[in-house]
Amino acid sequence: MMREEILRLIEKNSRIDLGELAALLGSDETLIANEIAKMEKEGVICGYHTLINWDKTTDEKVSALIEVKVAPQRGQGFEKFAERIYNYPEVKALYLMSGDYDFSVSLDGKTMKEVSMFVSEKLSTIDGVLSTATHFVLKKYKDHGTALISKPKSERMIITP
Amino acid sequence: MRNPLSDKVVQIQPSGIRKFFDVVSEMPDAISLGVGEPDFDTPWYIREEGIYSLEQGRTFYTSNAGLKELKDEIAKYLKRRQGLSYDPDHEIMVTVGGSEGIDVGLRAILNPGDEVILPEPCYVSYLPCITLADGVPVRVPLKEKNQFKLTPEELLGAITDKTKAVILAFPNNPTGAVMTKEELAPLVDIIIEKDLLVITDEIYAELTYDVKHCSIASFPGMKERTIFINGFSKAYAMTGWRLGYACAPALIMEQMIKIHQFAIMCAPTTSQYAAVAALRHCDDEVDKMRESYNQRRRFVMKSFEDMGLKCFEPYGAFYAFPSIEEFGMSSEDFANRFLQEEKVAVVPGTAFGECGEGFLRISYAYSIEELKEALGRLANFVERLRAERK
Repeated sequence: MMREEILRLIEKNSRIDLGELAALLGSDETLIANEIAKMEKEGVICGYHTLINWDKTTDEKVSALIEVKVAPQRGQGFEKFAERIYNYPEVKALYLMSGDYDFSVSLDGKTMKEVSMFVSEKLSTIDGVLSTATHFVLKKYKDHGTALISKPKSERMIITP
Repeated sequence: MRNPLSDKVVQIQPSGIRKFFDVVSEMPDAISLGVGEPDFDTPWYIREEGIYSLEQGRTFYTSNAGLKELKDEIAKYLKRRQGLSYDPDHEIMVTVGGSEGIDVGLRAILNPGDEVILPEPCYVSYLPCITLADGVPVRVPLKEKNQFKLTPEELLGAITDKTKAVILAFPNNPTGAVMTKEELAPLVDIIIEKDLLVITDEIYAELTYDVKHCSIASFPGMKERTIFINGFSKAYAMTGWRLGYACAPALIMEQMIKIHQFAIMCAPTTSQYAAVAALRHCDDEVDKMRESYNQRRRFVMKSFEDMGLKCFEPYGAFYAFPSIEEFGMSSEDFANRFLQEEKVAVVPGTAFGECGEGFLRISYAYSIEELKEALGRLANFVERLRAERK
C-alpha cells in the first residue's frame, strides 16, 4: 500500500524531499528512504526524468510515431526486433502493440530529414521489417499526464464558509 | 415610509465570515487557508457530460423532484456506499446544493416554537434557517476534549418537551470531527426514546480518513425519523454546479417537494445530467481526491506539531481546527493580525458559533505548495506571538 502511495507521489514530483514525503504519508523518513532505495534496486523506479516543453526553447526538435510491421522469425519472436530497434539512442519509447501493426516507435530527431533518414536507412532495412508508417507530431498538448498549455488562474474566492 | 422589512429577517445576524471576507477583499495579495470548497477541478467526465447535455439541447425544466435517471443513480449510490435504502420515486429529491435541503427540511417539519438542537461549532446556515422556519435553536457547545463529537449527556441535557429535531453534521465543517457507528449508537437510543427527528447533513461523507463513515440513517428505526442531506459539491468538487439531494420518508418528503416546487421549481438541468455521470463513473476520481486530502491533512497536522500548535486530530472533511488559547487573544483578533502581518486569511472559529472562540478553521483544500507557504507564515507568526508574550 505504502509503496504504491509513494510511487503515485513521486511519479508526479520526483524532486519532492523526504521530509515532505514522510509528512504526507504519515510515516518516517528512514522507512521511506529504504523503501525507495529498494524500489530503485528492484527496477520498480527506473529513473527521475524531467518533463520539458521543448517548444518553449530555441532547440529545434521533431517527434514522430512510427508504426512498424514485422515478420517474426521462428524461435526469436519479437524480442530480437525490439532489441535492434530500442538500442538506437534516438528511440524514445518502443511498444509492442496489438492490432494492425506490431511496434510503435516514438522517435525524437533534430529535423524531419533526420527522422526520415532513420526510418529509411535504419528501421526499414532491418531484416524482417515488412513496412513502416511515419507520423510526425504537430503539437503536444499533454505529456506524461501533464497538460503543456497553461491553465487559467483559479477563480475560487479567498474565503467561503 | 412604513417599515419595509420583515422583523424576522432583520433579526438574523449576517454571517461572521462575511465581515472577514470584506476585510480580505481589500488585500489583493493575501493568500488563504480560508476556503470551504475543493481546489480540484470537477472531474472531466462530469464536465463533459454537462457540455454534452447542453449540445443535445437538454435545457428544459426537469420534474420537481429531479431527473428520474439521477434519482435512480442516487439510490444505487447510497446503497453501494452507505448501505442506505431509499425509494427513488418517493423518498429522494434533487436540490440546489445541500443548503436547500437544510432549509426545506426544516421548513417541512417545524411549527412555531418547536425547538431544534444545534451542536456548535457548525456550518453557518443551520441557525438562520431554523429561525426562518419559526423554530427555536437550542445550541449545544461541543467540546474539544470530546473531539467535538456530540455526547449522549450533551444531547440529553438539551432536550425539553418542545424539542422536535436534532441537527447532526458529521464529518463536520469547521472542526473536521467525525462520529463513528459506536459513537452514534447511544445518541440513536435517546433520539428514538424521545421521539425526535434528525436532520443529518452528510455532505462530507466521502471525505473521511482512516475511519469509515456511518450514516445515522442506517440504524434500525432511524430512517423513518431522518432527513438525510447530501450533495455533489465536496465529494465531486462540484460546488459551482449547485447540486445536492435530500432523502426522507415519503410522509415528510411530500411536504418538502411542495416547498421546493414553489420556491425552486427544479435543480439546474445541466448539473443534474452531469451528476448522473459523477455517480456512474467517478468512484475512482473520488478515491484519488480523498487520498490527496489525506496527505494534505497529515502534512498540516505535522506542521502544527512542528510549530507546537495544539490541535486534535480531524478525521473528516478538509478542515483542521487548531486551538490558539495559549496566545490569550480572541479568534477574531488572531485572524485579523495574522492577515495584516502575514497576509494569510484564515477563518476565526467564532464564525461557526460562540464556542468556536479560541480556535481557527484551517482548510487544507489547497496544493501542498500553497499549504507550505501559508503554514510557513503561520509558524513565523506563532513564534512572534510567543516572543511577545515572554
